[in-house]
Amino acid sequence: MSFPWANEYKPNNAFTRYLDERLPLPRFVYNAVGAGYPVPRNLNYFWNFGVLAGVALMVQIVTGIVLAMHYAAEGTVAFASVEHIMRDVNAGWFLRYAHANGASMFFIVVYTHIFRGLFYGSYKPPREMVWHLGLVIFLLMMATAFMGYVLPWGQMSFWGAKVITGLFGAIPLVGEPIQTWLLGGFAPDNAALNRFFSLHYLLPFVILGVIILHIWALHIPGSSNPTGVEVKTEQDTVPFHPYYTAKDGVGAALFFLLFASLIFFAPNMLGHPDNYIPANPMSTPAHIVPEWYFWPFYAILRAFTVDFFFIPAKLLGVLAMFASILLLFFLPWLDTSAVRSGHYRPLFRKFFWFGLVPCVIILAWCGGAPAEEPYVIISQLASAYYFAHFLIILPIISRVETPKPLPNSITEAVLAQAPGAKLQPAE
Amino acid sequence: MASLTEDSATTGEEQGGVRRRDFINVAAASFAGVGAVTVVLPLINQMNPSADVLAAASTEVDVSAIAVGQAIKTIFRKQPLFVRHLTPEEIAAAEKEPVSNLRDPQTLEDRTKAGKKQWLVTMGVCTHLGCVPLGAAAGEIKGEFGGYFCPCHGSHYDTAGRIRKGPAPTNLQVPEYAFTSDTVIKVG
Repeated sequence: MSFPWANEYKPNNAFTRYLDERLPLPRFVYNAVGAGYPVPRNLNYFWNFGVLAGVALMVQIVTGIVLAMHYAAEGTVAFASVEHIMRDVNAGWFLRYAHANGASMFFIVVYTHIFRGLFYGSYKPPREMVWHLGLVIFLLMMATAFMGYVLPWGQMSFWGAKVITGLFGAIPLVGEPIQTWLLGGFAPDNAALNRFFSLHYLLPFVILGVIILHIWALHIPGSSNPTGVEVKTEQDTVPFHPYYTAKDGVGAALFFLLFASLIFFAPNMLGHPDNYIPANPMSTPAHIVPEWYFWPFYAILRAFTVDFFFIPAKLLGVLAMFASILLLFFLPWLDTSAVRSGHYRPLFRKFFWFGLVPCVIILAWCGGAPAEEPYVIISQLASAYYFAHFLIILPIISRVETPKPLPNSITEAVLAQAPGAKLQPAE
Repeated sequence: MASLTEDSATTGEEQGGVRRRDFINVAAASFAGVGAVTVVLPLINQMNPSADVLAAASTEVDVSAIAVGQAIKTIFRKQPLFVRHLTPEEIAAAEKEPVSNLRDPQTLEDRTKAGKKQWLVTMGVCTHLGCVPLGAAAGEIKGEFGGYFCPCHGSHYDTAGRIRKGPAPTNLQVPEYAFTSDTVIKVG
């Protein structure tokens, strides 16, 4: 792990020397996120988002734990207990708005982090395991966010739970027993609410565990960088601390600025007014939509409106939705180009900016829209492109594209941008 | 394991390359495996509906007050149940459509009780993803086929509650029920 020129941890007083011999925790931190971890010197601000995701998770865990002290996971009082938090608990409104908007911030950060990985080819060898663990974290996040949204037990909570558990009902033969088993009843009720609360409390800690594996796997080859050229010599790197702790600090300040703007000025902008109506199993809201971060996947789910031979449309939609994420696990083998960074791949870059990016934005827009024309046909076309991009276009580009010449080293790339600068060691 | 293997060489005679220690290892691991599975079963089964949920599983409905052309929404197993008093025109519309044209082929007779085909009793749960279709209460839109319409993903049901258009795979479910008298049905 790490490069031979990494700074070595030196305990500087009697206590840290004592500790280092018995439990070398400070040494571990020093090597993981301190001066002992050499990082490419050319990282841009897109490389902030891993640390920011960690910050967002911590915000969710802290606000979540205190909210759980005031919340009651029982069908008849859950909605009232959320109102109690909003009106009676000291600073309860702040904690709940921070937790609800914190989920949105977490997804904004993670989507940017995934975007970074897709553009700069961070999923390529030797970092496939980092990518796979990241996708596992993403799936866990989606499950956690979904179950958390059910807890206030408003109309969107209830109907969201019904629609999402209904997805499992699409599985042939065993679907309905699975759905009943997941819910502990024939429709979402107290049993479902309780187990969702239990799992919503548990999963963030599972995520924390997978994040440790994610960072562990990352630190074996070390961080990637915007050129996609691997680190060769000491002058290609700078120590994580203080260089990137400072740079991440700038990102964190902007993160909290946006976060605070949401909490204090637009706390309900990303939510749905229907969720302030208590859950009513007898009346469906006119327009059921999930939270914004699920829109692209919801659009793919709804894009299938006709049966395909013996496969019912409903099952096709469910399979496509899960496939749209599982597909990403195969990305390291679908994109076979040896060049990582999109900067040096002219064809890849065109399809990325003019194909994949608009496609996902259009899917998100359709997922938040009602299930009617023209949104249905648009989501069908966008879904088709999404799958074609990864399964057809990307493998073909990787074979036919002539990449631009790569710099010989990170240092050369950095100095090329600063004419007149002399080649000298970093630091 | 290496030291165990060496020890076991002295514990007994070999029979066709199989040592007594091999048998003990397999037996112990199998026994522990069966024990683990036995413990996992209650951990999984606790998630199934509990006794009190299953106990509230049947309901009686008095249909005498439902006028021709009217429908009511009631509750069965914590889910909406539609009871609809079909008009002669609605019955004719349902019977006119050839069954072979349907996604889930069923006649109106299949979906109602003998001699009571004006009473359509179905779950008010869209077979797509479980929303409550519109069309039971007065003034709600009934969709292109005059039956029910699900606003979530646009499934249209006809006057026999059969799926005609949209993503739902099957007709609205007809629960198990029986007429206990001319005007009372027992569902479940």
